[in-house]
Amino acid sequence: MPVEVVTGNHAAGHALSVAAEANRDARGAACGIYPITPQTEIVEYVAKYPFTKCRVVPVESEHSAMGVSIGASLAGARAFTASSSNGLAYMVENIMVAGFYRLPIVMAAVNRTLGPPWNIWADHGDTLMLRDFPWIQFYCESNQEIMDTTLLAFRIAEDHRILLPALVALDAFILSHTQGETDLADQGQADRYLPHLDLPHRMRHDDPKTLGGLMWPDVAASLRLEIDEAMLRVPAVFEEARAEFVEVFGRDPGGALQTLGTEDAETILVAIGSIATTTHEVVQARRAAGEKVGLIKLKMFRPFPEEAFRDACRTASRVGVLDRNYAAGMGGVFWQDIRAAFQSTRNDLLIQDYLTGLCGGDVTPAMIDEVLSDLMARERAERPVWMGIAA
Amino acid sequence: MTTETATRTPPSPGALGEVPSIPCTEECLLRPGNTNCGGCGMSVGLTMLGRALEEAGEACTLAIPACCGAVTAGAFPTTSYGAPVVNTTFASAAAVASGLACVRDLNEERGQVICWAGDGGTYDIGIATLSAAAERNDNILYICYDNEIYGNTGGQRSSATPPGARTSTTPSGKTEDKKDMMSIMVAHGIPYTATLSIAHPVDFRRKLETAFTITGTRFLLMHSPCPTGWKSEPSDSVELVRIAVSSGLFPLYEVWNGKTYRLNTLPDWTDPAEYFKRQRRFKDYEIDLDATTRVCRERFERLAVLAERFPHDG
Repeated sequence: MPVEVVTGNHAAGHALSVAAEANRDARGAACGIYPITPQTEIVEYVAKYPFTKCRVVPVESEHSAMGVSIGASLAGARAFTASSSNGLAYMVENIMVAGFYRLPIVMAAVNRTLGPPWNIWADHGDTLMLRDFPWIQFYCESNQEIMDTTLLAFRIAEDHRILLPALVALDAFILSHTQGETDLADQGQADRYLPHLDLPHRMRHDDPKTLGGLMWPDVAASLRLEIDEAMLRVPAVFEEARAEFVEVFGRDPGGALQTLGTEDAETILVAIGSIATTTHEVVQARRAAGEKVGLIKLKMFRPFPEEAFRDACRTASRVGVLDRNYAAGMGGVFWQDIRAAFQSTRNDLLIQDYLTGLCGGDVTPAMIDEVLSDLMARERAERPVWMGIAA
Repeated sequence: MTTETATRTPPSPGALGEVPSIPCTEECLLRPGNTNCGGCGMSVGLTMLGRALEEAGEACTLAIPACCGAVTAGAFPTTSYGAPVVNTTFASAAAVASGLACVRDLNEERGQVICWAGDGGTYDIGIATLSAAAERNDNILYICYDNEIYGNTGGQRSSATPPGARTSTTPSGKTEDKKDMMSIMVAHGIPYTATLSIAHPVDFRRKLETAFTITGTRFLLMHSPCPTGWKSEPSDSVELVRIAVSSGLFPLYEVWNGKTYRLNTLPDWTDPAEYFKRQRRFKDYEIDLDATTRVCRERFERLAVLAERFPHDG
């Protein structure tokens, strides 16, 4: 397919649609859809797509959108949906169920500030609210990455070694409504890349099972352990799916971590989502000026790629985390996980949190420069630094 | 097909009719060995549903929200259900069923997708989901077994609890009326809506069979005695819901497309005193029997007018 100039929402809607269509010769696809700004265009795209074998059910709430997708997935269809912010909060109960039922549902999640107050701009707090559920989480920084990661997500989620739902997150407006050159997958490519979905535990009359009934503690806990084992297999399956992607599409969808200059960096910034693009630019300029700085872009947040992360920081003495989220009473969510990753392995590493671009605030190159200057002058890490706060 | 209409002589309330006896096996919808309470109306309903499915040669998939129907399955790895069952979140039975049903239809497969839900999951937390599925006319059969209480959690009021009933959250008796769920569902204009009583098994079975033949959203409301919640004798269960029908408290009727009506039995206006007396949930609360009968008669009169003005043909 030729490269088109489209929005992030268009890329997500297109990826979900070609993935759904790719299951037309199997049990088809289905989804529940419900609008919320700034995600609405995704479900609008899906609603008007000329599917061969897919049912799009316009429901009355996000809770039911995931409910319909759960039913469709249990019946063996490729299932998906999209939501954002308070919509995700309303959907939470069924998001959790999709994970515990091991249903490979893929959800496009547009990161928007949880309200109140009413604020429709980018903040990662909504999807991070879901971080402890059995969902794989990907964060994107460009429309191309949204397109590619969505297909990658289906491939990983439906792999029998994994069987977990996956969400593909994109920043409100900065990506959802901003046009960019995107190589949109054509149906032939999607067909080649995505095998037909075969859900081993789909509901069938010839083998009736009761799903989700009473389970004693040790047996129920063993299911949690199985989820953990599947989560641990994700990085390897991700790399396989990534290699296959390169083969079919001729481009790299990117790894769980993407780095710049970490081979010799003394100071590393960690960025997630669209902030990574701005940070990339600043880090590149600083490196050109001879400074030993680096960037880690975290694409996959769940499962947390702990080992890869430690490895990328081996030459560093300082890490600054750009958190576009705030966990009340604690600080940035990414910062917490990164600190935990180095617990008892690198007590010398200074890990400082910068709450940056919260509630959709602009993150400018000047702000990243300010962060870097603060970080490089630091003797020790302190409480999170709040950036861009109204006076 | 047996049809009982208001214009014919109705069978004496509670006549058992010819219910074929089918031995219970692993293939049964509700298997033997479940731990449900004695006198549980829901269990009787499930058995009747299983037999109706078997007779019609229909398979089924059950979507069950939090309710006694979920507990019925028992503990893993055993299950009391002889059909595929998914336990849904409390508010989601209809949505999950819609997902299951649309994939069944996409693949041109047979089998009923049935929501089996209590009154809490239907009248209260699940009403938006159910209303939305009905508005879309999704191809599901929704059966609410209404025991007028949150039974599974130990007996709290729901919007289906009748006035006067003492529950753990209405310790002095509920003061509000019972929500008229049938009228709400009828107002959606769905293809089929009907009430069910386990005291009228022939009528019950016929309505299930009718529902199986219809495409779109079908809603059945079953009056489900609950000795634990109603504080009644298990052996009184069938008798209590029989009185509910004969006294006009729980009229048996069907509505097609929200437009045409059929009354299935004519109440003989039995004194409802016995109904209230035999349930200790109504103890200590002065039920105004005359007012109750008046309300029942008015409601039945309205239904009778509709059935006469807009009768269902066929």
